[in-house]
Amino acid sequence: MDWLSILSTATRGMFGPEAAIYALAAIGLNVHFGYTGLLNFGQVAFMLVGAYGVAVSVATFGWPLWLGVLVGIACAVVLALLLGIPTLRLRGDYLAIATIAAGEVLRYFYRSGAAEPVTGGVFGLRQFADSFFDLNPFEPGSYGVGVVTFDARSLWVMVVGWSLVALASLLVWLLVHSPWGRVLRSVREDELAARSLGKNVFSYKMQSLVLGGVLGSLAGALLAINVQSVQPDTYNPVVTFYLYVIVILGGAGRIMGPILGSILFWFVLTFLDAFLREGTASGVISTSILQGADIGAARFAFVGLGLILLMTFRPAGILGDTKELRLDVR
Amino acid sequence: MSDERIDRSATGSTASSGMPQRAALADVPPEPGARKPDALLVADEVRRRFGGLQAVDVDHLEVQRGTITSLIGPNGAGKSTFFNLVSGFDKPDTGSWSFDGTSLTGRSAYRISRAGMVRTFQLTKALMRLTARENVMLGAQDQRGERFLAALWRPGWQSQEREIGDRADELLERFNLTRMRDEFAGTMSGGQRKLLEMARALMSNPSMIMLDEPMAGVNPALTQSLLGHIEELRDDGMTIVLVEHDMDVVMGVSDWVICFAQGRVIAEGTPDAIRSNNAVIDAYLGTSRALKADIEGPTDREEGTDE
Repeated sequence: MDWLSILSTATRGMFGPEAAIYALAAIGLNVHFGYTGLLNFGQVAFMLVGAYGVAVSVATFGWPLWLGVLVGIACAVVLALLLGIPTLRLRGDYLAIATIAAGEVLRYFYRSGAAEPVTGGVFGLRQFADSFFDLNPFEPGSYGVGVVTFDARSLWVMVVGWSLVALASLLVWLLVHSPWGRVLRSVREDELAARSLGKNVFSYKMQSLVLGGVLGSLAGALLAINVQSVQPDTYNPVVTFYLYVIVILGGAGRIMGPILGSILFWFVLTFLDAFLREGTASGVISTSILQGADIGAARFAFVGLGLILLMTFRPAGILGDTKELRLDVR
Repeated sequence: MSDERIDRSATGSTASSGMPQRAALADVPPEPGARKPDALLVADEVRRRFGGLQAVDVDHLEVQRGTITSLIGPNGAGKSTFFNLVSGFDKPDTGSWSFDGTSLTGRSAYRISRAGMVRTFQLTKALMRLTARENVMLGAQDQRGERFLAALWRPGWQSQEREIGDRADELLERFNLTRMRDEFAGTMSGGQRKLLEMARALMSNPSMIMLDEPMAGVNPALTQSLLGHIEELRDDGMTIVLVEHDMDVVMGVSDWVICFAQGRVIAEGTPDAIRSNNAVIDAYLGTSRALKADIEGPTDREEGTDE
């Protein structure tokens, strides 16, 4: 077993473009779930409209990339309004059902034959982010420390991605440490109490849904740019659940929660992947137990096991305060 | 919203004399639906049916400005439902009501609250994972930093935030909660949460506060001091409506008592008039309570709360 190679792969996973992208989407989900108590099970839908905003604008209509990002943001705002207007007045679980359904409806719509001339249907769209990589200030080559290296392309996406994560975190920090954030947290604790004090709860929930959705759409746009392609089935409901894992792992309602959660999630995922591959390849793990083709599934089984252990022993996440969590039970 | 606010402080100052509005109640006939000389809340034909149960069936009800009005009645009489209806937390089947001359019929709860009619809940709604101080600060109205874009510009709301914080500290002090200032509300006892909720409601400077069983679960000494505060608020011109089962509290502090039974107002009057009202004795007080009141007489109770 080549431990150095396993660890360097895992370290790359921790800080790679995917970790930044998932952190960004999770920051949006944290605004919904962690600070407002909105059960949004369709964060992936916001990522989808963000990704297709870029892809369709550039590949289908030939617009500039920056306009595509704005189109994605606009789509996220519209989606948030469409989802929120009928459901935010109802109890929390209705939003959960509506959002998970909306995510699936959108995915099927974008992959449908009817939408194919615009979205590319099941084949999706590709090669629309050249103008993003043209701006890459890094010379081709490999950058990094020791065995942990990235190519110039990944590095450029990482720089943009982690910068967006930092900016989004700063934005959320400013907001939640203001009277606006106090109202948001009061909505999370008890809507009726907030209402009795003259707060327009519906409006705050809508603002939260839009803000988190826009962050999700930026993550989606960057995801599409990173791989230079969009394909509807990338945006399946499981992505939202990974985001929940990330938020809960790091600590819901904590500024650094989604960032730490994403780094850890991707570390564990890439570590397991590399470890199992090395293990089966070198014969340490017998092929009668695990075969190469099953590794992708097996690593998620271990992630699930890890999550069960976390919920048992540290239910508030890494950064969360267990005392705080127990307050609900009373 | 802001003009309503100015209105209210104006009426507050004129009412600070307080006494005439209470004294005027002496001339009000003790009968259900009695007209008051200076009514702040006027409700007409407010009805609410839950399936086969007529929960609230109020033909006419008025609350005199600058007084403490108590709603009493057996469990399930519709007192809390009536609270929910006029505060916008439930929608009546029929009915209209106005507050300070403005119709509030069908308005959403937050707008009713902003109009100056703030309520508390029978089952306390402390905001668990906010500190006691944050709970109280939330009550303040017209906070500049509560708007999305304004929230990002800290200097725009910081001075107001400091003022609000100072006022919150005063209220916490008044309700004996200073010790819990920076603790999560979820760690507080049931009684403390009641107090916190009252402090939070007062933070919004309401012209009328509706307290749903404020003394349930609060220890006797604190009850006494709270009643003192409630009377002070009344003397400052605030209108207070209580739902309460503790008859010592009701009879001691109320200027006017309205008795509900089976959704209807069956009697109203001064505490003395209510105590001897046969309908109230049958429906709610029971004979022993009425008798006891006759023996002890009303005077010694009033002295008790004046202390």
